[in-house]
Parts: sequence; C-alpha cells; structure tokens
Amino acid sequence: MRNFLSDKVTALKPSGIRKFFDIVNEMKDAISLGVGEPDFDTPWHIRDEGIYALERGRTFYTSNAGLKDLREEIANYIKRTQGINYNPDNEILVTVGGSEAIDIGLRAIINPGDEVIIPQPSYVSYEPCAILAGAKPVIINLKAENEFRLKPDELLNAITDKTKILILPYPNNPTGAIMEKEDLEAVARIIKEKDILVMSDEIYSALTYKDRHISIASLDGMKERTILINGFSKAYAMTGWRLGFACAPKEITAQMTKIHQYAIMCAPTTSQYAAVSALRNGDNDVEMMRQSYNQRRRFLLNAFKEMGLECFEPYGAFYVFPCIKEFNMTSEEFATKLLMEEKVAVVPGTAFGECGEGFVRISYAYSLENLKEAISRIENFIKKLRKE
Amino acid sequence: MREELLAILEKNSRIDFKELAVLLGVEETAVLEELEKLEKEGIICGYHTLINWEKTSIEKVTALIEVKVTPQRGQGFDRIAERIYNYPEVKAVYLISGGYDLLVTLEEKTLKEIANFVSDKLSTLDSVLSTATHFILKKYKDHGTIINKKSVDEREVITP
Repeated sequence: MRNFLSDKVTALKPSGIRKFFDIVNEMKDAISLGVGEPDFDTPWHIRDEGIYALERGRTFYTSNAGLKDLREEIANYIKRTQGINYNPDNEILVTVGGSEAIDIGLRAIINPGDEVIIPQPSYVSYEPCAILAGAKPVIINLKAENEFRLKPDELLNAITDKTKILILPYPNNPTGAIMEKEDLEAVARIIKEKDILVMSDEIYSALTYKDRHISIASLDGMKERTILINGFSKAYAMTGWRLGFACAPKEITAQMTKIHQYAIMCAPTTSQYAAVSALRNGDNDVEMMRQSYNQRRRFLLNAFKEMGLECFEPYGAFYVFPCIKEFNMTSEEFATKLLMEEKVAVVPGTAFGECGEGFVRISYAYSLENLKEAISRIENFIKKLRKE
Repeated sequence: MREELLAILEKNSRIDFKELAVLLGVEETAVLEELEKLEKEGIICGYHTLINWEKTSIEKVTALIEVKVTPQRGQGFDRIAERIYNYPEVKAVYLISGGYDLLVTLEEKTLKEIANFVSDKLSTLDSVLSTATHFILKKYKDHGTIINKKSVDEREVITP
C-alpha cells in the first residue's frame, strides 16, 4: 500500500509531554504536579446554567460566531477589564477553547512562507499550528535572567521582511512570566514600526499576582494589529467545556469565522449558555480562586527558597519554573529520576521548547495538602542529589 | 490582609502563624498582631471544629425550633433571646424576619430530651407564644463544608 499520510503532519514532533504522561499514568501512587488545568470544579451557578440549558432543550447549533448574548457579555468583559471596545457583531468569535482560536487565527492570515515569531518556552501548540497553517516558525529563546519576558532586541533580531505575526503568550505557561506595561509598550512600538500583527494569548489573564493583567490590544494603535485570544478554561475552571474566544479587527474576524464555520460550525451550545452566567455572575469565583492560587504560589516560592532551589518569582498563571541546572542533569533526566525515586511528576521544561532545558514546570493547581506532600518529597530528592 | 486572613482561618483554624505568614506574603509578627486585634475586637469569636457526629458512637439529636414571641417593652427580643441562649444545650439562636421570630438550634442526646426542653423550658416562658420543632434527619453541608464529600482528582495526570 502507498503511504497515504501527510508529509507535513508526519513531520510534526509528537508532544514532549506524551511520553512522560505514559510513564506517570502507569505509576499508582505518584503525586502529579504536571497538570495544566485548575483543580477547582466549575462554580456551581455556571454548571447549573448548563444543566438548565439542557433541560430547556437548548441543544441546537448557535450562530457560527456564537450566541449573541455571549458575544455581548464578552464585549462587556473586555471593556471592563481592559477598556477596549469590540463590536460583538463582527469583532468577536466564540471558539472551541483558546486552542481553536490559535489555529484558525493563524490560518486566517498566513500565506505560504510567512514567518510566525514564537517566543519559547511557551504552550505546545503554537509551533505545530503555525506549521500546519503553512508558515515558518521563528523561535525566540527567552531568557531566565529577563524573567522570561520578551525583550525588544530579541524581537527585533527575529523580524525579517517575511514576518507576519508575533505570538505573545502572557501570562505564560510554563514559566508563569508576565509582561508589564513598559514591556508591552516596547514590543508594541516595534510591531507598529515593522508593520506586523500580534496574536496575544491571554488565557491566563485573570490569574496575575502583581498588578492586573494588561492586554497589548489596549495600547495606542494596537487594537487593529491584535488578535486577542482568551477563554473560560483557566479563569472559570471550565477546561472540559471547551470554550474560548477571539477578538480581532473585523476583516480578520470575518476570515476566521469562515474557517470556524466550515470546520467546527459553532462552539458547544450548552457551554455557551453556561459561559454567559460565568461572565455575568462569576467575578467573585474568579477572585476566590485567584486568592487560593496566590497563597499556593507563595507557599511554593518560600519552600524553594528554603531548600535553596533557584526560581524567579512568577506573577501569573499557576506555574513556577525552577532552575535545576545545579544538578548537572537534563530536565528530562531530572523529571524522570524525581518520578522514579520520589514519585512526584513534574514536566521537563523542554516540553515547551528547547530553551526550557535546565528548568521544570511545577503546577500549583493542587490543594495545599497535596503541595506540602510533594514539596517534602522534592526536598528529600534534592538533598540526596546534593550529597551524590 | 484582614479579609484574606479571615477567609483562611474560617476554613482552617489550626493553621500555624508561620504558614499563615507565608501564604499571605507578610511577616509572622504582622500575622500575630492582626490575630490579636481580631480577637480583641471580637471579630474572631472562637476556633471551633466541625465534627461529623454521625460517624461516632455518640448519639446526638439536633432540632431547629421556630419560636414566636412577644417582644418586651424597652428590650425588644434581646431579653427573651438571652433567656433561651443561656441554656447550654441551645447551640444557636437567631432573630429571624418572616413568619416567626427566633430560630433556636437545640442539640440533645435523645428525642425525648428535646421534647422535654420544648414543653418544660421553652413553651413555659411568658413571652413565648408558640413553637414549631423540626428534627434534622441528615446533614449534607455544614459551615460551608460538604459532609462525606469524596474528593478524587479526575484530571489527567499530565496536561500541557
């Protein structure tokens, strides 16, 4: 038989997380700190709204772009958190998670040979989505000494005359890094000057622990250059509902809507009804969860400090990204050994790009009790390594 | 810090100062000072433990009693509330808006003891007009805690 598979897809690297997942999954009593989703249940009023939607038989397609009520609530949400005005009629698209928005946002603008700038370490899907869209990914290796923020000179060095768009993944998974206003202004200046676009993935925007998150789209002259991506997964603990959204200039939104319409039709109806309740009545829930994450973040940072493990203070998402270079092992070796000897699962930094080498991602989407047990095991492990 | 401190303590009053300081991102002395103030101001009234008595061999019967009373001149409901809450078997007394005036939570070992309390002590008070006693059959949730909640982490062990 002939080889029927697509060369482009065959050439994609499988996710670095997969292999590790299989090992952890086999192990019975391992504590995992490897999860990239909230440990909280979706707040009850949101689930209740989903149940109610099902009871009333709201089981049909919605319009391609999503329920009008939901798009209006999204517009209100962006207005009240970022002060940006998006027209719910033609600048907002409800998607199947932020992930779909990343995919179709790139596909809507890429021509063969266009370059997409991707700062790493970052979420695993940007690079494959860019490749599948026919673009050439250009990777920026972010530096620990900059707290993994994107610096203007790094961006300038990556830009060529083929550059079409920069992906800006902040608050960042896996590093927990944020970009503050001055950082964003420097980047925005270059984007305007070089006439490129930015895809700002702000899925963790509700989870920051310094100042409130600022979207690059809120800066002067940037709304028309930004595809803003956000969603319900992290802020409202709604990962399994698969619901996100994109806000973009109407020309781009129109093209994205076409792909969405042909590939997806519409985001899940039940989830959309539930999400309306999330945006209308969910502020307190988000604040409660943010406060909990912040307490755990402080707990972990303090624990690392006490065991002398190098780690910059992350101000966003729910990850810490400690440096393990002192042990003279690769991230993967460290993570594997930690799993085998102390039964704690963390994710090697390399799963998020080569420059994640020397770091591991530790998620604090776990209860304090869980974290305490894990930390005491990690401490044991590190003590043993230092004696060796 | 006060609000966050109270939120933590309301869920876990056994937490130590050192950990509180870490979680709140402040110095231990600041936590101690704040706690002292909260106690002095009567904001923290106690550090109780939530016990699921059903799982013990100790028998307990709890009743909620609706009480209609005649308020007394100059003292409103306070005087009659005091006469009721001074009984140690009375666990809680609330002044309630609506169809009746006081809601009394009573805890005893047997049904009979509750019946006796209502007929001998409560109903005989001068200003009590009527009572209605409801027995608690099962506690699903108490003090914001779901009793018998199974917490299993159903998430995949590693996700990006």
